[in-house]
Formats: sequence, structure tokens, C-alpha cells
Amino acid sequence: MKEQQHEAHVKGEQKQDRPVMRFGMAIDLDKCTGCGSCMVACMSENNVSFREDESNKQDSITWIRVYELTNGKSYPDTEVCYLPRPCQHCEGHDGHSPCVSVCPATATDYSRETGIVSQIYTRCFGCRYCMAACPYHARYFNWWDPIWPEGMEKYLSPNVSPRMRGVVEKCSFCFHRYQSAKDKAYLNGEKRVAEEAYQTACTQACPAGAIVFGDLNNPEHKVHKIVQPDPHNGNKSKNPRAFRLLERLGTNTKVYYMSDREWVRRAGDNYLAHEETGKISKPHH
Amino acid sequence: MGTLDEKAKDVMDDGVAHTGRDKDTGAGGLIILFFIIGFAGSMVLGWVVFPKLLYSQKQQPFNFNHALHMEEVDNGCESCHSFREDGSFTGIPKLAQCTDCHEETMGESEDEAIFVEQYVWKEREVPWLSYSRQPDCVFFSHAAHVIGAEMDCITCHGHHGETETTRPYEYNRITSYSRDIWGHNISGIAKNTWDTMKMDDCAQCHKKAGVNRTSSVQTERDACFVCHK
Repeated sequence: MKEQQHEAHVKGEQKQDRPVMRFGMAIDLDKCTGCGSCMVACMSENNVSFREDESNKQDSITWIRVYELTNGKSYPDTEVCYLPRPCQHCEGHDGHSPCVSVCPATATDYSRETGIVSQIYTRCFGCRYCMAACPYHARYFNWWDPIWPEGMEKYLSPNVSPRMRGVVEKCSFCFHRYQSAKDKAYLNGEKRVAEEAYQTACTQACPAGAIVFGDLNNPEHKVHKIVQPDPHNGNKSKNPRAFRLLERLGTNTKVYYMSDREWVRRAGDNYLAHEETGKISKPHH
Repeated sequence: MGTLDEKAKDVMDDGVAHTGRDKDTGAGGLIILFFIIGFAGSMVLGWVVFPKLLYSQKQQPFNFNHALHMEEVDNGCESCHSFREDGSFTGIPKLAQCTDCHEETMGESEDEAIFVEQYVWKEREVPWLSYSRQPDCVFFSHAAHVIGAEMDCITCHGHHGETETTRPYEYNRITSYSRDIWGHNISGIAKNTWDTMKMDDCAQCHKKAGVNRTSSVQTERDACFVCHK
């Protein structure tokens, strides 16, 4: 039996002619104006329901959330930076992202083919270990069944499954758009999904063009050219403007941020006073 | 108390008439009889009554004759069930597609008369009930299977194209899924590839076809975000 399984594995690997992709983002914080278009686009794209009180940020659900950072200095030296935070789609070490490692229900999974951390709502039983494990607060719990005001249910996208009470949800890098793009590629006889055929809703909605999305493994994709990830150094960016959130945790995230301002780059991690910005101790894996 | 005493007396009397061994067999026989009755009862309950309770039926708006249409069209199933330009699958055709031929009644069937009078002339979409609709959390790509893997329709849909009547649409009262997902056999046994359409059935067919991908970190099989959304 074991041998049979092994054979199947080998056969599977031979059939695996598809390239390994790592979808990721580069967000230029110097371009972001904090307008919130990405949040609105994301919510309507992904059937995020309404809350009675959306100003209560403890309960509201926002797959991509824009945070406001300040340099803490008083006028006239005050500076503000807005930081949109989708799910960071951590790769960790070989796909063992913080949330995937702790999920007891196999409800969240890391795909080695796309590098996307998935969330299957029908498998999730709402223990919220993943929320505790996520260092980025990217995961949200449904305390109530979703309610859409009369008529608004007609705006629901049939491509995204709405969530029920008691499950965790998060940004999927608009994976349904990849599924649709693949359908079209099949119809047109194309082997690969083109860069422009799969873009997230937030990327397209950003009026400043601050978000760039694509395959970090594909040297032809814009995101790869910007980020220049170094596979020999835990995928750290070779771009001096770029940094990742809490990079030193070794979560190996696929969302890169960019800024010319050092205080912004420094805000991305918990540096001690004597530590130099951007210098990461050896990755934890 | 009185009845118990009487029973005790009976036993005493029996004990006088027969040996102890014989007495045991009589009681044992009764127990076996009750067990058989109970077992048969639970079987009937589980296999006949339960499925009737679990599934409810709806009738299609009117009868549709697939066999008749197959004779009229040139391109088989694809004549009416086709792909859109974006690669998605149309499934059950919309009214506009039917109206291409059915602006007026073409034959003499009663069902066509209902269709033309109730729907075509009033420009109402027909509220067909889809037998093969997968649950909401499932992303099924017709393009991947029909174009990519070059599978035929029969593998999953059976000989639906040869039917002359539309059978009643049966759905699970609890989940509201179509009965075709679990299959009509309540024990879930499938004789044909199109009998059941559960996740296990997808996996089984993928295994047979040699599509053994190991992209999932959790399961070392195909990742969830391939067929789920």
C-alpha cells in the first residue's frame, strides 16, 4: 500500500508541469493617501456584510485595513503615513505560516502552487486559534450571521462564498479572480494566467497606484521587479526602500511595503533603540 | 404486584412441568423475536422512512424533452450549454437563447405551449431547478474539465441528454442541496460515475486520472483553494 502511494506521488510530481507561483504585493506607502478605496473595493468584492455599528472596530470586518502611522513628533515635524494591511500570506518555512500551523480543522491551508493562504469557511469551526497566532490581526471572526439591508443582497458576488456566524474569514488575494482567470485561460488555450488577467480588487481600486500585485517568482512581473526578493536570505527584498511587517519573526510574508522615509520602515518592526533599521537578524528558520 | 405474583406462579408451574434448560430457550426465543422485529423496524425506518423525511420534492415549471431537442440541434449538448467568452459556463440556458427558435410554438406539445405563452410572450425567465448545482462553497470549473481534461458531459451528468421528461427536483430539507450531490442511493454507493457528486467522488476521479498534486501544506494533496471559494 505504501509503495502504491509512493508511486502515485512520483506520478503526480511528473504531471506537475505547472510553474510554482508566489503571489504577492508591493505597496508603496509614499504613494498611499489613505483614501480607503482599497477597503471599500475589497468589501464589495468579497461579500463582506454590514454591521449595525461599523465604527466599532472591535467587531467590524475589513479584510484590508488602512492604519495610520505617525512619527510621533510635534508640529512642524509631524508626519503621517497610511498603511493598508491585507492578509500578509506568510510562507513561513515551507508554507508553515502561523495560522496554518495551528489550525486543528484543516480549514486554513497554504498552497505551494500559488503561495496563497486559503480559508475554507465550511471547515472552520471557529476556535480562533489562527486569530491568536496571526501577528498581523488579518483575521476576523463572525460574531453574527451576515445581514444585508433589503435589496443589498442583490449586489452579492456569486463568485465569493458568504460566511456564516461562528467562522473566521480573511483576505484571499481575491482567489476567485484567479479561478475565473484560469477558466478564461483554458478557453483560450493558454498555459498560464497572464499578469493582467489576475489582479486583486484593491490593486485595481487604488487611485494612486500604490499597490502592485503579481507573481513574486516571475521575473517578468512588475511586483518581482520592484521587490527583487532574495531567496537565499529568507525572501528579503533587495530593494533598499522595501520592508516587511515584523520581518524578524520569520513569517516570510509576501506583502512588501516601500517607503523612502526611515521612520516608516522602522515602524514595520519592533526595533530596540540601538538596532539599525532594516537589519534583520538571521531568519528563524 | 398482582400480575407479578401470577407470573411468578406461572414460572413455578413451568418449572414443575419442564426442565430448567427448556424454560431458558422459550424466553430466549422471545428476545430474539423482539430483536428481529426491532431490527427490521429500524431498517425500514432508516432505509425507507428516513430518506422520505430527509428529502423534499419540487416539480420543474414544465416538462422539458432533452431527447427531442438533441435530434434538432447540430452540436450536441454544446448547442445550448456553452461557454461564455470569459471562460465561465452558462449552465441552463437563459430565455434569450431559447427564443432564438421558440418565438412561436414550433410543435404541438402542451409543455411548449406553456413555455411560449407563460414565459416567451411575457418575457419571464424560466425558474428551472438545477439538479447538478454544487454547494455555495464549491468552485467547479467546467473549462478545466471539458476543455482542459477533454471530458464528456456524460461522465458527471449521466444520460441526461436522452431523457424525455424532467424528473422532480429533490433537495435535502436540512442543507437544501440537490439530492444529486449525495446521490439517490441513501447509503452513498455509486454504480456509475454520475451517480454521486460529493467531494470524495471528485477526489476519487482525480486519483484515477492521475491528478495527484501535492500543493497543500496541510494535506499533501491538492490545495483547498482549487475547488473551494
